Formats: sequence, C-alpha cells, structure tokens
Amino acid sequence: MTKKSHDTPLLDELKSGPWPSFVEGLERLAQDEEKPGSDMMKDLLGQLEHSYETRRGYWKGGTVSVFGYGGGVIPRFSEVAKDYPESSEFHTLRVQPPAGMHYSTKLLRDMCDIWEKHGSGLIALHGQSGDIMFQGCTTDNVQPAFDDLNKIGLDMGGAGPALRTSMSCVGHARCEQSCYDEVRAHREIINGLLDEMHRPALPYKFKFKFSGCPNDCVNAIHRADMAVIGTWRDDMQVDQEAVKEHVTKVGRKQMIDTVVAMCPTRALSLNDDDTLEVDNRSCVRCMHCINVMPKALSPGKDRGVTILMGGKRSLKIGDQMGTVIHPFLKLESDEDYEKLSEFAEECIDFFAENALEHERIGETIDRIGLANFLKALDVPVDPNMVNHPRTSSYVRTDDWDIEAAKWFEHKKAAAK
Amino acid sequence: MNDAVMPRRPDEHGVPDPFPYMHPTLRENYGNWSYHERPRPGVLHHVAHSGDEIWTVRAGTQRQMDVGTIRKLCELADEFADGFMRFTTRSNAEFMVTSLDKTGPLIEKLNEAGFPVGGTGNSLSMISHTQGWLHCDIPGTDASGVVKSLMDELHHEFTHEEMPNRVRMTTSCCQINCGGQGDIAINVQYTKPPKINHDLVANVCERPAVVARCPVAAIRPAMVNGKPSLEVDEKKCICCGACYPPCPPMQINGDDSTKLAIWVGGKHSNARSKPTFHKLVAANLPNNPPRWPEVAAIVKRILYAYKEDGQAWERLGEWIERIGWARFFELTDLAFTKHQIDDWRGARNSLNASAHLHF
Repeated sequence: MTKKSHDTPLLDELKSGPWPSFVEGLERLAQDEEKPGSDMMKDLLGQLEHSYETRRGYWKGGTVSVFGYGGGVIPRFSEVAKDYPESSEFHTLRVQPPAGMHYSTKLLRDMCDIWEKHGSGLIALHGQSGDIMFQGCTTDNVQPAFDDLNKIGLDMGGAGPALRTSMSCVGHARCEQSCYDEVRAHREIINGLLDEMHRPALPYKFKFKFSGCPNDCVNAIHRADMAVIGTWRDDMQVDQEAVKEHVTKVGRKQMIDTVVAMCPTRALSLNDDDTLEVDNRSCVRCMHCINVMPKALSPGKDRGVTILMGGKRSLKIGDQMGTVIHPFLKLESDEDYEKLSEFAEECIDFFAENALEHERIGETIDRIGLANFLKALDVPVDPNMVNHPRTSSYVRTDDWDIEAAKWFEHKKAAAK
Repeated sequence: MNDAVMPRRPDEHGVPDPFPYMHPTLRENYGNWSYHERPRPGVLHHVAHSGDEIWTVRAGTQRQMDVGTIRKLCELADEFADGFMRFTTRSNAEFMVTSLDKTGPLIEKLNEAGFPVGGTGNSLSMISHTQGWLHCDIPGTDASGVVKSLMDELHHEFTHEEMPNRVRMTTSCCQINCGGQGDIAINVQYTKPPKINHDLVANVCERPAVVARCPVAAIRPAMVNGKPSLEVDEKKCICCGACYPPCPPMQINGDDSTKLAIWVGGKHSNARSKPTFHKLVAANLPNNPPRWPEVAAIVKRILYAYKEDGQAWERLGEWIERIGWARFFELTDLAFTKHQIDDWRGARNSLNASAHLHF
C-alpha cells in the first residue's frame, strides 16, 4: 500500500519564489513511488516540518562505518522515529569529489543511479569541506552504497578527528591567475596521507586547502589548518598596450581611483603616457590591480606557494586566521612537489605527537609559541611571518648574538 | 566468516584524478590561460595562450539536490557543454561551452528549468550554507530554508553585477559557524545557558571531556538527585553551546534561547586589505521559519546601504572601514550596544587607541 505523505504547510511556503527550491526536490523524491527511497523521504519531510513547527533539530549521532575504514559516514538516528519510522536512520556518506569539482555527466548519472538504488536520492554538492554528501541512507545500505561508489572510482572523505577532505580552486584548469598546479599539490598531499583520513587517530581534525593565488577562492587562510596559496617572487607581468587600452576605455580618473589609489602599498603610478609604473619590491601580491585589469596585468613568472597554518573558527580559543609559515616555496619541479608533500607529512606528524586532545594545530602553535613550532619543523624565522617585531619588552635575549648569526647565515645561503 | 559474507575491501583511490572529468578545452589548456572577461552577468570568457576560448555559464542551485535536479543539469551539459560540468565552492553549477553562440540558448534553458544565471563579478553569489534541521545533530535553525528565503528576495543581486565588489554571504546553524566568514553572515547566537537533563548525563556523556570543552571553565562535575552529573555556573556561561555536541543532555537549543545574529565585514581574499573576520552588528533576532522575515529585512538594509554608498571595488568591510562604524550604524539604523565591545582574548586590539574618529 502506498504510504501517505505528511502535511507540510510550513515547508510548502518554500516552494514559491525564483530560487531553486530544495523542498520541491525532496517532494519529487518522496512522490517517486517506484524508488526505494520514497517512503524514507515522506517521513523525512514529516520530521523536517516538525522541526519547522517546533524550532528544534531531532537527529542524534552514533557509530556507522564501512568495512576497512573508521570514518567518512555521518550517522544520524531520529529522536522522533516513533512518528517518522521510515527515516529513523538517515546517514550521510562523505565522498571526495574529483579535485576542482569537475564532473562528466556519466559520473554524475552513475552517482544518481547508485544513490537512488541504495539511498534517498538526495545529494548535496558540496559540503563546506568540499565533500559530495550522499544524504539519507539506512545502516544496512551504507556498505552496498559505498561499495558501488568505490567501484566507480570514488573514495570516502574525512570525518571526526582525522585528515579531512580537501578543496582546491578551479586554478590551472581555467584561470590565468593560477600560480601552481593545484590538482597535483592537492592529490599528492592528500593521497599520500590517506591513512590519516580513513582511520581517524589524530588529536582533532586537520584540513588542507589549495588556492592558486592570493584571491584565495577556497577560503584557505581562515578555513584550513594548512593553506597553500599560489604566489610569485619576481616582477608582475605588465602588457603596457593593454594598460593603455584600459585607460582609454575607462578614463584616467577611474583608472587612478580604482587601481592606483587602491594599491595597499602605494606601489603603482600612472605615467603621463598612460603606461603603468610598478614598484615591484613594494608590491605585496594582493591581486587587486590584476583583478581589475586581468588582460593587462598578470602574476610574475617565478611562481610558487605561500604556506599559512592555524586557520580555524571559534572553538575553543576563538577565531584564528592562518599565519605565514613558509613565505615562499618554489613549486615547479617534481622535487619541489615532493618537498611540499614531505613538509605536509612532517606537520601532520608534529600535530599527532604534540597537540592536546581536541586541539587544532593553530591552538597548538598558539600554546607553544610560533618560534618553538618553527624550531620543531626546522623552518627559519622570517620577517614575513609577523606584522611587526614584538612590542613587549618581556623577553630574555642572552643568546641574541647566536640567533643573529643564524639570520645572517641564512641570508647568505638564500642569496646563493 | 565464510567468503560469501566477507565484506568487500575498499580500493583506497583517494582524491579522484579530475582530468577524465574535465572539459576537453580546459584539459588541453591546463595551466596555460591568458586572460578572461565577463561578456554579461553569469558568463565568463576565458582565452588561452593557444588561442582556444571557453565561455562559462554559471547557474545557482539549491545545493541539496534530488537526483532529478542533477539529471536535469546533466541533460543541459550534454546538450551544450560536451557532457562536462563543474561546481564552484558555493554550489553554483558551471557549464563550459566552446562558442559564444551557445551561451544564449543555454541560459534560456537554464532559466526555463528554474536555475538563475549569475553569481559572477561584482554580484551576490549563492549563500554558502550548512546542514541545519535537515541533517545536523546540533542545529539551532535550518540552513536550506534560510538560504532559499534570502536568495528568493535577493535574486536580482545574483543575476546582476551591480554591487561595488563581490558579496559573499554565509549562514550557520550554531555558533561553531561551519558556514565560515562572510561579507554578511547570518549565524545562530544562543542567549541562554544549556538546560541539563540530569538523568541522562552519567550514561551519555564523558564528563571530564565536557568539562574540558568549556571555553570559560563554567562546567564542573556534580551529584544531582544522587546521580553523577554536571552543573553550569550560569553567571560565567557565555552560551556558546560547545558542551552540547559532546553531551546532548546539555540542551542549548530552545524557543527562548535560539536567536539569530548578523555579522558583517568578513573577507577571505587578500585583495587590497588582509583577510578579516566578520563583526557583530545585530543579535537576538527571532528564529522564525519558514522564511525568517526579520533577518531578511536587516540583511537587505545592510546590503542596500552598501550598494548605495560603497565605492567601486570596496568590499563591504572596506566600505565600513572608510565611512566608520558610527556612520554604518546610522545608515543601517542598527544599534551599537555594550555587547559589541569585545572582551575575549586579544580584545584590546579591537579598541580604538588613537584620536582617529568619525563624526
């Protein structure tokens, strides 16, 4: 017999309006009686309406996993299963998308077919960490659903105290501002550390994010424990003819107001012949002028990445942006990419051994002091790591000369 | 265990190689793009050093998609975009097409199917959102519903590029703030300490872990009605909800305590100014499904004040930095209260230690 749908007057109000409606999607799944997920979605809609009425959530966690892995499934058991029995188990599988979130329609359709067979038919593209979230699965169906997804080349993402699913921007695939091969860095680092993702054993979560330039389209500096941001060391590239075209098109006032005057380090000047003068030693690679004139200006040719670490949201010690750990790592040769992966691995090892339970790496660094963290990872100090030198006089400096000698040695080595 | 019931061992593929799933023009010009321009809102035109060109049409989605919606997107990708597509970090669908001529008919079909085209350049992109009542175990509110309601009202700002700079909005259903920083962020802000079900604590919660989780050391072990439980020093409690995930009997959500707050001026990009956190500008708004009208009204006030007064290329936070917070509160008719003066670690850094003032 066909299961009756619950009345959902509040959710029904979210079916009107110009933006695509998730409620209509949920209803389509509920009404497709041929599909095994239909009854589950009817009760899911009922429970969601109950949440809208009472302004409370009714899911609790638990333990569900697939054979061979310790994480990746987000178990959800209903606290109101008595009234909504068919959605009493509504688990999510977090699955890693292809780097850069590229899909063939074949892959998307295979995903749909698998999820319609074993799950609810509801897929979120994508979660905040960058997972494909296959939402709505019974405990019994988690294993067969994962097996089928795994057979088409997809793998589980991260959950719990573990390496989490990563995200990289569109980058090299379609963006002229991209300063390194994001796909390569993303896949080499994450795929080299899969054990930490699939068998959660870290003190807490650890996230990597990869942005091809300082526009940071994947929000890495704040949202990743390690942010890998593309940048360059030499002079930015200027096509002076294209600059002149831009000035002709928008006028000198707009050019000065929106490009020259908005440079954060006053490194730009418009010449009398409408060419642009760039003081590259003062440029901080903020990307603003390049964003305004993408045809005339481009990043330089000596490219690599800046590594920032410690970004996180409030729990427990408050918000933190990541801060600079490596101002510049050249990223071009196979060896460069290997070195980056090795550094990532060293950071994970340090985190595993030194962080307290439920402590993010940014909190660990905060607790022990940046200088100690750098020493442990054998990274030399650099003025690019601070806004300014310390202002507090509470510091003991009896080994100043030894440290100063290290600085000059390091400078000498870097100049070679 | 016999072979028949032995579960299958996973193939640890890791992050899939995207090249088999990448549009051929993108694959062939990987790392070799020259410049881009925006012929109209919702369309990007990229030119490679090889001379190859690609037009990207960007469309908003509801993020939580039924298979029917995904198959509809696939149909359009097959018809116009050689069987490939991608998604942005804000759940917009992108179709890459090899000629400008294809963009018009594709846009028409997307609009017919109910997908708005936009989200490029200086527009409002899709609001990034979290799980909410649909799937989260600790949500104070819904995410999909808040986003749907707001995007309905702000549809014009998605489909047009009329803002001073790009606008990135976020929502979060608890104070953990999974939605992240935003030019405008709509986040749950609890206003009451947790209500403890003492009968359940001993069986459900690892008490020392819960004590350790509290940012202000307001939780201590206690015997209540002869059972081991926990108690909260309600004068110390900052109502953050951090104890609730490890100990669900410490219920933080409730009709009287789950309110919404609005934060502004968060920014991830390094363009011009360094990345910034968003700042609290309104709180105690009712958690009012299905369309949260009180929240939408204030969001619109802030957004349109910025649209009106912001200079070209100023992000919302940079606009406020120029005009000053006094003027911001005046233009948006919002209150500045003692609760907006920070008192957490590093708070002194947010105080004005100068004679630089806005009047």
